[in-house]
Amino acid sequence: MTDIVQGLLDRSIQAAVPLALATLGEVITEKSGVLNLGIEGTMAASAAAGFAAAFATGVPELGLIAGLGTGAFFSLLHALLSVPLKANQTVSGLALTMAGVGLASLWGQPFIGKPLGADPSLFAIPLLSNLPLIGVLFSGTIFYWLTWAAFAAAFILHKSRLGLVLEACGETPKAAEAAGISVGAVRILATTIGGALTGAAGAFLAVDYGGSWNEGLVGGRGWIAVALTIFALWRPGRALWSAWLFGFIFTAQFTLQPFGISPNFLAALPYAFTLAVLIVEGLRRGTQGSKAPGSLGMPFTSGER
Amino acid sequence: MSRWTERTELGWKRQAAGLGLSLTGGLLLMALVFLAFGVNPFSAFARIFGGSLGSPYGLGQTLGKAVPLLLIGLGLSLPFRGRFWNIGAEGQLLSGAIVTTALALGPLAGWPPFLAWPVLFLSAAAGGMLFGWIPVMLLNRFKVNEVISTLMLNYLAYEVTQYLVLGPMRGATQSGFPYSDNIVPELVLGRIPGTAAHWMTLLLAIGLVPLVGILGGKSKTGYEIRVLGENPDAARYAGIDHNHVRLVMMGISGALAGLAGAGEILGVHYHLASPVSITSNYGFTAIIAAWLGRLHPAGIVAASLFLGALLVGGDAIKIGLQLPAATVSVFQGILLLALLAGDFFTRYRYNRGEASA
Repeated sequence: MTDIVQGLLDRSIQAAVPLALATLGEVITEKSGVLNLGIEGTMAASAAAGFAAAFATGVPELGLIAGLGTGAFFSLLHALLSVPLKANQTVSGLALTMAGVGLASLWGQPFIGKPLGADPSLFAIPLLSNLPLIGVLFSGTIFYWLTWAAFAAAFILHKSRLGLVLEACGETPKAAEAAGISVGAVRILATTIGGALTGAAGAFLAVDYGGSWNEGLVGGRGWIAVALTIFALWRPGRALWSAWLFGFIFTAQFTLQPFGISPNFLAALPYAFTLAVLIVEGLRRGTQGSKAPGSLGMPFTSGER
Repeated sequence: MSRWTERTELGWKRQAAGLGLSLTGGLLLMALVFLAFGVNPFSAFARIFGGSLGSPYGLGQTLGKAVPLLLIGLGLSLPFRGRFWNIGAEGQLLSGAIVTTALALGPLAGWPPFLAWPVLFLSAAAGGMLFGWIPVMLLNRFKVNEVISTLMLNYLAYEVTQYLVLGPMRGATQSGFPYSDNIVPELVLGRIPGTAAHWMTLLLAIGLVPLVGILGGKSKTGYEIRVLGENPDAARYAGIDHNHVRLVMMGISGALAGLAGAGEILGVHYHLASPVSITSNYGFTAIIAAWLGRLHPAGIVAASLFLGALLVGGDAIKIGLQLPAATVSVFQGILLLALLAGDFFTRYRYNRGEASA
């Protein structure tokens, strides 16, 4: 019994890594006022690029660098369309997803069915990682530790002046500009950083989690991250535990398989749960307004009154 | 402060020029992608457009793929005008396809075709409509963002379809393939000779072009949709019931996707199969058809033909150049990105010299 619980916990924490990274990325992006719906495509392209880099060099850690870079590049495209070119952000994100998923298939085609062969090295904190049950929290690859580092940075940011600047750009860009902040620059930077984290999430899936590339690898995780951003009320802390919850649901899929439940029903679980948590969030909110940044998705024209 | 100012008036010449610029830009970007993957862009484009537009066979295939795109794209134009982002046409198409297959294999199997077809199409439309209403209900009751809900409903519809063809609806006559049984030959829709287009669905789609034009244009509903899209608060002050307008536009959008689903079953596949083969991604491609057609019915006709050609051309480069089918999806995404970038240069004017205040 303890073995089953321990196994479930181990795998849930791993399955949560891409959701946590991508959701944090989207929280940072949306806090600045930009809605990026290109997450799914960014993750797919970064997964393929990360796998290609790791495969070519034999160094899994280089897959992370490639993923970060690809993610930053893709979301920079979205940022440039959204901020200076004032494009419709919903459509731009969808376009990016189509292009990203397609590019990933093109890129990944030669790698289908080829195992990576090398695992990223494990870093464990002595003693703590030997604890029963929660020991798994203290052991992981560079991808896993990047998640902690990113969340630590986000918490510090949340409390610092930088966090206020970010929030001002997303809530009241006019006031931010009056205070001497370059709203456009902040939005482009936040979107690019958020995209880099999304890219790391994609690379994790191909290089660390699965150790191979296939076309359906991302499987809606990008869209689930967009939903988790709403469920997390745009707060990093809630983003982390929401990701753990969904990591558990993804893992439960496989744990429940031997019990004769339809595999299609199990495969539908994460999507059904995504709808469920948004319904719960809607009920909880009741008649209150949304917690979304006030100017989310709206282009800002400098100097306009 | 900005040197760019928004134009107040947009003539059709300027819009056409903007569209031309975007398409050219998209083609150039795609040429770069082909180069990056070691494919000669000239031969790739020659295969894409030669395969689809260069022969009577290709043109017939293009027409066949344009029909579902037109139906779904027309439907999507209404919620998109009302700024309700229906990304769920895949699921709405599938629910139409499931309803059609279930009825055609069951109670309607022995009916005379000219009685069965209207019932099948109407039922498929109803199936799509009901599925399209779920996200409206979720938004109204629980404030669930419609982009997420329509997408998640797509995934759920995929799994339901997969479950049906592997389980309850698996055909006894399909030698183990995950298909339902085939519909009786009497119910198969006739094709225009030499094409992949089934004439009944084509006529239906063409007939709907002016109807959607009137409904989305000068009618009261069209006005309400536009106001809701441009300024939801103003719509409320004008006494427009948001939920009611959304039910209307999503009902039609879902119904038209459902019709496309019926057409795919009765005219193309003759049985229910894996969701990706039934939808062929039409639900997503039609988003581009609607946007490329500027949400105007006539524009969507042209965009559907163009995108249909692109899909047929995609099959040609898949076979000819061993590129994955997703190459077309890259092309579509890049076209849409180019279109968005081009919009800026159409909508805004650059002021030389003194920056306008």
